[in-house]
Amino acid sequence: MAAITAPKRAALTKGEKHNLMVGLLFVSPWLIGFFLWTVYPVLSSIYYSFFRYDLITEPIFLGFGNYIEIFTDDPRFWKVVGNTLFYVGLSVPLGVISAFLIANLLNAKIAGRSFFRAIFYIPAIVPAICVAMVWLFIYNIQYGVINSALKSLELPVVPFLSNPDLAKPSLIVIHIWAQGTAVVIFLASLQDVPRSLYEAATVDGANAWDKFRNITIPMTSPIILYTTVLGIIGGFQTFLLPYLLTNGGPAASTEFYAMHLYRNAFQFFRMGKATALAWIMFLVVAFLTIILFKTSGRWVFYGGDSK
Amino acid sequence: MTTTAQELTTTETANVKGKWTVGRVASEFLKYVVLILLAATYAFPLYWMVISAMKDDPQVYRVPPVMFPNPAHLNNFIDAWRSDEFSLYTFNSIVRYALPVTLGTIASSALVAYGFSRIRWPGRDKLFGLAIATMLVPYTVIMVPLFIIFKNLPGQWIGTYNPMVVPALFGNAFYIFMLRQFFMSLPEELSEAARLDGASELGILFRVILPLSKPALAVVALFTFMGTWNDYLGPLIYINKYEMYPLALGIQKLRNNMTQVGNAPLAYPYLMAVSTIAAAPIIILFFFAQRQFIEGISLTGLKG
Repeated sequence: MAAITAPKRAALTKGEKHNLMVGLLFVSPWLIGFFLWTVYPVLSSIYYSFFRYDLITEPIFLGFGNYIEIFTDDPRFWKVVGNTLFYVGLSVPLGVISAFLIANLLNAKIAGRSFFRAIFYIPAIVPAICVAMVWLFIYNIQYGVINSALKSLELPVVPFLSNPDLAKPSLIVIHIWAQGTAVVIFLASLQDVPRSLYEAATVDGANAWDKFRNITIPMTSPIILYTTVLGIIGGFQTFLLPYLLTNGGPAASTEFYAMHLYRNAFQFFRMGKATALAWIMFLVVAFLTIILFKTSGRWVFYGGDSK
Repeated sequence: MTTTAQELTTTETANVKGKWTVGRVASEFLKYVVLILLAATYAFPLYWMVISAMKDDPQVYRVPPVMFPNPAHLNNFIDAWRSDEFSLYTFNSIVRYALPVTLGTIASSALVAYGFSRIRWPGRDKLFGLAIATMLVPYTVIMVPLFIIFKNLPGQWIGTYNPMVVPALFGNAFYIFMLRQFFMSLPEELSEAARLDGASELGILFRVILPLSKPALAVVALFTFMGTWNDYLGPLIYINKYEMYPLALGIQKLRNNMTQVGNAPLAYPYLMAVSTIAAAPIIILFFFAQRQFIEGISLTGLKG
């Protein structure tokens, strides 16, 4: 079924030409959509990033003005970058590691595996607004369940969302809680690791830790890489939870990059500056993704028979 | 997940061989203790959502927290629902948003996936690679230029669901990828036989391929429906009138209203009640279609 790329020939046969036409016809919705909803927005965002544009008056050319303003004259920018790096730097590894450990626990011989898998997966699929409202309630300083419990034990209350040092970690906890998709992906990849590898290792006298380190991790490393890359791309776009739970506060401690971009576009109507911010983010994310893939040769094991 | 069942039986036979030493009993016990504690922690927030939806104000205030409200105020679900136009918001979520996007995505993605898998033409796989690459473009990057496009297009786009529905008619790279994987797993002989009978490619797609692809189409429908039902950001950007709000924005409106009025404690049972109703279809859908959910994620996740 491997597709044969067209041999270099001067002309296509009649049948090939027909197939090309029909094939293009079938993929034409995507092809047209690709230009309308991806290529054109991406190119026009480069264009707008050099302009001042408020959606109403004509765009005014600024050259690199937006970029210069972002780096030198935007008091929020570096704060927002710091917040985002802190959040991505902690939430991505913690999310991946916790999901991986839970998947390993589920992969052990346990009764009721699909029940437990459902428990860990469901937080990832309920609407974000529900997640936000529930955690807003749980973290509430007066009526929240954690603080009510602490009060009944005569312990001091914890200002989860109103203390600048605690707000980001509190959001990271929610992120870790909602990693069910990664749990399911990891569990499926763990079930694809051939049993024979573990059996052979047992015969050689390997203990559980040896098997985890030398079989489980290498055999699932491509999936770990994939989950990490998706985690980073998603992490830089973190918007809804901080927007709904803290609206960037307290003291801008949960004001993240995507929120800064959103505010510039839809609250301050600085469309040009917002597209410049988007481009900076895109380059950083692309750079990190490439670095991750380039260095992955050292720790990702490709091969084996996982299809 | 047929492998799960198989594995359980193979591991079970392995168990019979092993002896039940004290150490093994202890480690088995520890495994379940850890698992149950962890599962209870993960399940708690949603349990709390449902339970708190049935409380009145004093039950919310009480220290230590009330784990099972007695009496349970089931009427909160109805009262909270009636406290705003939630039936209208639900109508908007389903009829204006989820259904058109789901149907449009299935139709267009199936068509495109067919062109990328069941017809051979020069350049096909290169173009498909490009389609895959677009999945890595963060939405945040194109969010603003897309808004500018819809703002400047002739006709009224802002304030309607069209900026979210119309792009769905052009296929979604993620589901094109998934359906293509599925279409490629179907034997080529089926198409050959239909071609000999004089069927057109469109005829083969509709009469041969799609009837065999119901499981894959169900996965696409499930995930698209869930994505639109859960979506907050799209409507936040494009919808600006209450009567057009989807359920997600309606919940946020309830929250804002209640904090403004100043009766925050009562806000929580109502908020939890409406949140429970909003989450319920997704959770019910999951229990009815657990296999499709898990297979869908594993398929796209593993082979990506």
